Amino acid sequence: MHSFTKDRSPRTPSGKEGVMSLLRPLLLDVVPTIQQTAALALGRLANYNDDLAEAVVKGDILPQLVYSLAEQNRFYKKAAAFVLQAVGKHSPQLAQAIVDCGALDTLVICLEDFDPGVKEAAASALGFIARHNAELSQAVVDAGAVPLLVLCIQEPEIALKRIAASALSDISKHSPELAQTVVDAGAIAHLAQMILNPDSKLKRQILSALSQIAKHSVDLAEMVVEAEIFPVVLTCLKDKDEYVKKNASTLIREIAKHTPELSQLVVNAGGVAAVTDCIGSCKGNIRLPGIMMLGYVAAHSENLAMAVIISKGVPQLSLCLAEEPEDHIKAAAAWALGQIGRHTPEHARAVAVTNTLPVLLSLYLSAESSEDLQIKSKKAIKSILQKCTYLPALEPFLYDAPPNILKHVVGQFSKVLPHDSKARRLFVTSGGLKKVQEIKAEPGSLLQEYINTINNCYPEEIVRYYSPGYSETLLQRVDSYQPLIN
Amino acid sequence: MATLARLQARSTFLAQQYYFRNSVVDIFRKKEYDAAVKIQSWFRGCRVRAYLRHLHRVATVIQKCWRGYLGRQQYQLIVKLAFCSMKMNLYNAMAVRIQKQWRGYRIRKYCFNYFYYKEYLRAVSETNDAIREALEEFAEMKEREDKKADLERKEKKKGYEARKMHYLLSTKQIPGIYNSPFRKDPDPWELRLQKAKPLISQRPKVKKISVSVSNWPAYASPQVLPQPKILPPIDRKPCQGPFRDITEVLEQRYKPLEPTLRVAEPINELQAAREELRKQECMRNIHDDMFLPFSSYNKNKKYIPLMHSSSKYGPDSYGSQHFRDENPTKWLCNKLEAN
Repeated sequence: MHSFTKDRSPRTPSGKEGVMSLLRPLLLDVVPTIQQTAALALGRLANYNDDLAEAVVKGDILPQLVYSLAEQNRFYKKAAAFVLQAVGKHSPQLAQAIVDCGALDTLVICLEDFDPGVKEAAASALGFIARHNAELSQAVVDAGAVPLLVLCIQEPEIALKRIAASALSDISKHSPELAQTVVDAGAIAHLAQMILNPDSKLKRQILSALSQIAKHSVDLAEMVVEAEIFPVVLTCLKDKDEYVKKNASTLIREIAKHTPELSQLVVNAGGVAAVTDCIGSCKGNIRLPGIMMLGYVAAHSENLAMAVIISKGVPQLSLCLAEEPEDHIKAAAAWALGQIGRHTPEHARAVAVTNTLPVLLSLYLSAESSEDLQIKSKKAIKSILQKCTYLPALEPFLYDAPPNILKHVVGQFSKVLPHDSKARRLFVTSGGLKKVQEIKAEPGSLLQEYINTINNCYPEEIVRYYSPGYSETLLQRVDSYQPLIN
Repeated sequence: MATLARLQARSTFLAQQYYFRNSVVDIFRKKEYDAAVKIQSWFRGCRVRAYLRHLHRVATVIQKCWRGYLGRQQYQLIVKLAFCSMKMNLYNAMAVRIQKQWRGYRIRKYCFNYFYYKEYLRAVSETNDAIREALEEFAEMKEREDKKADLERKEKKKGYEARKMHYLLSTKQIPGIYNSPFRKDPDPWELRLQKAKPLISQRPKVKKISVSVSNWPAYASPQVLPQPKILPPIDRKPCQGPFRDITEVLEQRYKPLEPTLRVAEPINELQAAREELRKQECMRNIHDDMFLPFSSYNKNKKYIPLMHSSSKYGPDSYGSQHFRDENPTKWLCNKLEAN
């Protein structure tokens, strides 16, 4: 029987119905080793495939496991907790089935066990159950798991710390009340202490837990900040592990997005420079939270946007916009640039100088961009153009912009040209005046008014000279001229 | 009688004369009367006119004074108003000046303080540079540590390999493979082999596998489940003779000690427990003195003094100052009994 169950250990799912009915009586065997191995086999089967997990549930094995969890030795407890984890991780319905057979209380009792392996298995089972939705998380919290998980985090074993942190992260991600429960158990102080731990996987989980807590409301974010994570969190942005960087920038993003004061705090701690460097050093989806963080900081106020500009965020963002292949990252970069450039002409100039506007225009016009990317780049272009007075960047737009954007470009020219003589001269010599004459606008529309304002800046002859068809009118005059015969 | 005759003669003349004079006078009487009337009326007119003139003059003076008074009043009002408005204009102008200065100051200091803004941006960029430097240093330090750890691991591995390959060391007779005679210097491995201590092959230690969820394949291996430490050798021919099964023998021989409850605990366990308790109390106590109860806690009965000594008329001097039998003669009078 021993070897039979050992044979079942490799992950072949053949004949699952028979297997369950075979394994079930083995669970009730006298020899403890056989019980443990049977439980382990069940766990590995359920782990492989959710049909098998359903078969485990349907075969009424769970109540038996739960009942015997309370009184067996630590190896059996570990194996049984592994089965519960393997069943619970596939879908909310299976997790609900586990909760319904009263497994949560026994798992919580396992969390109080002395052996760290048992605690790990129980914590990972609870984490997988709580991951699916808010009701299951609430059930886990109601069973009293949170204070014990916080105690588990303080244990010396690294693997146990990892799993407990990941379980807390899964619990607190669903709703602010759950996050508040986790905070009330005193988790933040312990999590914040462990940011300095050198183990990368542990840091991933800790940063993820803190960001799930901080994302819900301003008070929770303030509590996370009060645990003095700045500037230690910035060192995590330089870690070798990509996911540590991603989770660290997610945490900073969740903190900075709530209020201008929190963004100010992040800026004063030098967070913007660290995040900009982090964006420069990674690729793909890892960059995304950093890009969004820059956008959120710049969105709050113009002082913060200027702080982002002087931290050299704009060249980095335009680089992301140009070289990333994925549309959603490009959309995030476009949105962030729009938030930076929309405040005052200084900001718009800072964005326009890096030559991003043509890139944004091409993304807007390209048929391959997703709808989200098109909408975001259009909004960014509009908001930057409405404040942009840097004419060299606006000129290319006269030639290839669609009419709805052309209106704004011409409007900006009409605002700047009446006051600046050098700009007027440049406008004429670069061919802009010619292009403006060629624009067809309906009389009475806003575009026509702008064109009239521009035309009024120049003497009439010059306007006539550049209007289309001037050469024909000249030739007509030549034709109709009667020479004076003396 | 002559006079009478004369008078009578004269009487007609007199009458005539009288009549004549009266009628003559009558002719001029009207004229004179008219003239007198005229003169009088003229004079009266003059008088009245003079009076009227006087009245007019006086009335004019009164009106003039009154008009002057009213005019002066109006004028004062106008002057007052003009003065007030001039004052108000001045005050307004000054207030506008103050407000102008204050508004400019307020905006420049509180709403958009350009110099503070510049300072702030400069401070932010300085912080950024500092943080960038610090992070770079940190990354460098980490890299150095990693490299060091890597090198140490490699060294350890090489040392272990050298110990294992100790037999490849060159002897006097035979040069080893790392000490070829065609080379100028021996290979660095040769030197390493010389330095290494030979490795004694030990019994392979039972590897301690950390029992955790993250390495489940290890968990499934049979070593983790509780098993007897030493297994019997596999292919041994069963000994000839009436011997018991080797596993049973070994089990009995190496049965772990299961002491009885009496032996399991030390003999002076009670004493040791008391010592332990005392030690713990010693650790927890703030000081070692016995706790003395407050001695006057129960002494709360108020003292009720004697009435004699506590009356408000003062203590009686009898009994303390004097006694009756000190001076017996004081109490006896010399008077004889009057009978």
